[in-house]
Amino acid sequence: MIDVRGVTKRFKDNVAVDDLNFEVPTGVVTGFLGPNGSGKSTTMRIIMGLDHADQGEAVINGTPYSKLAQPLREVGALLEAKAIHPGRTAFNHLWFLAQSNGIPRRRVHDVIELVGLDQVANRRVGKFSLGMGQRLGIAAALLGDPGTLLFDEPINGLDPEGILWVRNLLKGLASEGRTVFVSSHLMSEMALTADHLVVIGRGRLISTGSVGDFIATNAGQYVRVRTPRPDELEGLLEAQGAQIRREGDGSLSVSNLSAEQIGITSGNAGIFLYELSPQSASLEDAFMEMTRDSVEYHGHRLDGATATTNGK
Amino acid sequence: MRTVRSTVWTLLAMAVITLGIAALAASTIASRWNTFSVVRRLTFDPTSMSLRGLLFSQLIIGVLGVLVMSAEYGTGTIRATLAAEPRRARVLIAKSAVFFVLAAVVGEVLAFGGFLIGQSLLTSPVPHATLTQPGVLRAVTGGGLVIAVLGLFALGLATIIRHSAGAITAYVGVLLVVPIILQTLPSSFSQPILKFMPFTISNAMTSVASQGSSAFSPWVGFAILVGYAIVSLAIGGWLLATRDA
Repeated sequence: MIDVRGVTKRFKDNVAVDDLNFEVPTGVVTGFLGPNGSGKSTTMRIIMGLDHADQGEAVINGTPYSKLAQPLREVGALLEAKAIHPGRTAFNHLWFLAQSNGIPRRRVHDVIELVGLDQVANRRVGKFSLGMGQRLGIAAALLGDPGTLLFDEPINGLDPEGILWVRNLLKGLASEGRTVFVSSHLMSEMALTADHLVVIGRGRLISTGSVGDFIATNAGQYVRVRTPRPDELEGLLEAQGAQIRREGDGSLSVSNLSAEQIGITSGNAGIFLYELSPQSASLEDAFMEMTRDSVEYHGHRLDGATATTNGK
Repeated sequence: MRTVRSTVWTLLAMAVITLGIAALAASTIASRWNTFSVVRRLTFDPTSMSLRGLLFSQLIIGVLGVLVMSAEYGTGTIRATLAAEPRRARVLIAKSAVFFVLAAVVGEVLAFGGFLIGQSLLTSPVPHATLTQPGVLRAVTGGGLVIAVLGLFALGLATIIRHSAGAITAYVGVLLVVPIILQTLPSSFSQPILKFMPFTISNAMTSVASQGSSAFSPWVGFAILVGYAIVSLAIGGWLLATRDA
């Protein structure tokens, strides 16, 4: 179990992580979600003892990382792909890590085989593709057969087959009773992989809980309704406790009321309906909604206002 | 280090250049001896001459010492290293120990190699030195030790600066550029500072003849050099422990 307690980290005038509190339970895959720049990587680096927290602490099974005698046997991490000397071979990189933690040579061969790099084990890492680098990083994380695993954006640069492989690997590791903590900025990916979620934005905790709860509270169902008499219908539905949002195209998004109830209400009132269609908001929408205010870097549309060119 | 290709090439280049200069210097002197003045013949120090190539070794060992640390920062391997061993002081001590042994062995091999090659090329009437003459063994052994200590000094600088180019520039600056600039200044001002420069200290160590008041005695100078290495490693170690990786 990973326990993050009141961790705050400042970089000069910028607060990267702000009084963050959460737990990562064992036996499930926990997704760590947040927009770019929300402090996910910094939090993981603090858990790994690479960055020092200004306040608070992060402990793994009750012990700070820096107090672990043979850390690779307890915690494995993929923080950056290809953070490896380019002139070293994949085997030598893993072997030097293994030696520092008393891990047998046999295990190095095993993890290389496990991640599918046996063909290129003796090639220099500098020649590796991003996907191969990710696989090597995953091999390094698994090297000490640790009970706790951290992966920072593990599917970056992987092909569809690789993504599927990582997804199954993470689930398999969790089902063996390990603590698996995976960061991503892709809600859709986490919806498929994770059982538990920690959502942050601008370094603050936004939400934590099971994926099921997250979907139930944030990705609720609604019914799309189009009618020539929206004002009348809106009043009638609201009287039955519906929540209604008027969309830009004049349609109504009705939640808290089923399509049947809406149909009966409008039929009784003699209001024609042009459309009555149940919708389900995707988790991605919920995530965007939730983190909208905390996105650090907004993209801008390329229109006349932002794409002005300077005269010579 | 063993698993990185550049280490071997760097050491090989260091050996070729150092031994090559010893041979070149010796054969040049042997062929020109007849044209030398009496004063020059009397002050000729065959030991020092054959160890002159060690200056190149000092440069190269510095670059290697820098890379031992800064390559980890440049490539991000430092994160993997510190994840494997979070007690950061131990990381620096281990790296320093391994590198010191390597640099000392290479330094001694090149010092003795340069000496033997150089002396073998000095044929009569040119005087040549033997290891049994007073001060010669100290000069040769000391030349190798200076290499090892300077390598550690560079490793310490790299731990402080964390960038290869910056650390190499700082090292070359202390080793070569500062002495050259000092020599252009009035000697009453530059002399006391020059005495503390690794260049001067190393010259005194590799010379059999005394350098007079312009330099510390060989072992006092060597102690100062060790001080440089210890200070740079201590500052580097403190920064390594307190900074974010």
